[in-house]
Amino acid sequence: MTAGIAIAYLVAAVCFILGLKMLSSAQTARRGNLYAAFGMLLAVVGTLVDQRILGFAYIISGLVIGGFAGVVLATKVQMTAMPQMVGLLNGFGGAASALVAYAEYIRLSGDPSPTVFLAGNVDAVVMVTIVLSVLIGTVTFVGSVVAAAKLQGIMRSAPVLYPMQKQINALLLFAALALGGWLVYDASVWYVPLVVIGLAAVLGVTSVIPIGGADMPVIISLMNSYSGLAGATTGFVLNNNVLIISGTLVGTSGLILTDIMCRAMNRSLANVLFAGVGADYSPDEARAEQRTVIRYTPEDVAYMLEHAQSVIIVPGYGLAVAQAQHVLQELATILIARGASVRYAIHPVAGRMPGHMNVLLAEANVPYDLLLEMDQINDDFQNTDVALIIGANDVVNPSARYKKSSPLFGMPILNADRARTVIVCKRSLNPGFAGEDNELFYLKNTMMVFGDAKATLMNLVGIMKK
Amino acid sequence: MSETLMVSIYVFVLATFVGVEVISKVPPLLHTPLMSGSNAISGITLVGSLIAAGAGEGSVSVILGTIAVVFATINVVGGFLVTDRMLKMFKKSGGPRGTAS
Repeated sequence: MTAGIAIAYLVAAVCFILGLKMLSSAQTARRGNLYAAFGMLLAVVGTLVDQRILGFAYIISGLVIGGFAGVVLATKVQMTAMPQMVGLLNGFGGAASALVAYAEYIRLSGDPSPTVFLAGNVDAVVMVTIVLSVLIGTVTFVGSVVAAAKLQGIMRSAPVLYPMQKQINALLLFAALALGGWLVYDASVWYVPLVVIGLAAVLGVTSVIPIGGADMPVIISLMNSYSGLAGATTGFVLNNNVLIISGTLVGTSGLILTDIMCRAMNRSLANVLFAGVGADYSPDEARAEQRTVIRYTPEDVAYMLEHAQSVIIVPGYGLAVAQAQHVLQELATILIARGASVRYAIHPVAGRMPGHMNVLLAEANVPYDLLLEMDQINDDFQNTDVALIIGANDVVNPSARYKKSSPLFGMPILNADRARTVIVCKRSLNPGFAGEDNELFYLKNTMMVFGDAKATLMNLVGIMKK
Repeated sequence: MSETLMVSIYVFVLATFVGVEVISKVPPLLHTPLMSGSNAISGITLVGSLIAAGAGEGSVSVILGTIAVVFATINVVGGFLVTDRMLKMFKKSGGPRGTAS
């Protein structure tokens, strides 16, 4: 490595760190992303002028094809489909890392033809990193593709469970690691790495299929972390510090987000990965006791909202499914024009990936200073006239606070029930993902309006404009 | 243990601390752009892919490297562009101006 390229890589790493640092504020975030992109450009150009590059034809065609696909994906994707998009991108990153590590194995083991390797003269330490990189990269690729297929609805999103699942997965991992260990000892048998890759691919499938649709935010975050780790291990393979630094940054980022998601659901990572929550929606027996809710009309709700001084909107993913963000913002604008204070309370698991709801509302032109996280707004509900809940369910279920038998028990919730009046806009009384009936719907101060979120909100806007 | 490996481990450990410090300051508001943006950064494997694809080390390496270049480029280009598309939408109350100047 020449001094020139070493410096280019160092500057790139600094750009990445600065870029991530600038993501700490919405004002500087966009510029931060540009810094990071500039760092990437620098690293790529630096590599291309490096003397180790001999042929450019393949490189240029690869860059053109990849660049074109990237532009198409990034400009066409819907904001609701962002989790799948990020999942797929994670997967591509992982695949690239695995491929590079495997190519390096082929180079080091001394023969370009895969069928007649001469001897396993690969340094043991390098081989350890190659095995890890191939393993993590492949699991990331296959696991991400499965997760994206579940989110996109190509595969059933319900958990797929079978007997001895954990044991089989453990066995697969053990077998892959054992074969990897053998490779470190003797790298000369050409098909062993391919078996490792095959096992890792199977593990990628079997480790993601038991996880239900509602837990996908955790898996996407975890795959984010894996893709970083895969990059970092490839950095070890190639002795390239900029790969190690960037991969590690992404790895920690993914882990931190995974932890935040797990805390927001009051579940351990092990519980998310292995418990298969949501496999059976066995209806709660307690619900046999017929409780009644009072149905209100949009006119009643409009009257209530017209007289509210303060409103907190609690959006859930149902809002995005109904594509009702824009009309919700229209309603909020009318309320603000009438002099009411309107804010949004965003639960960490309100969308399908960390921070997803904020993006969906930003797309509907909701100013970001009105979007408040749980800890910032939870104490304000008790002094609020109306909590307007649209498409959210489990995240406002008060039984999470006290009902020990509830699957939601202990999960941090938004204190919507403490508002003077609670308005719930919902399709039906069906329980949320956790399958737990919502106490909130039966409270004295709760007004239920049934129907499609978009239709109901349009109705409300129509009434209030008069 | 070779010296280069030791240096690599140093870099890895120190980068972990930098990562925790920097990432934990990102507000939940921006967690989705953080994921897509950091994802684009992890596409730095592109650098390794370029070396493999252009090393002229024999056909297998070149083919694997070229596929890796395609994947990593989708990762990088798609990641940075979609992050920019999202961040462009975040606006403050009372003003049509975007966040970037």
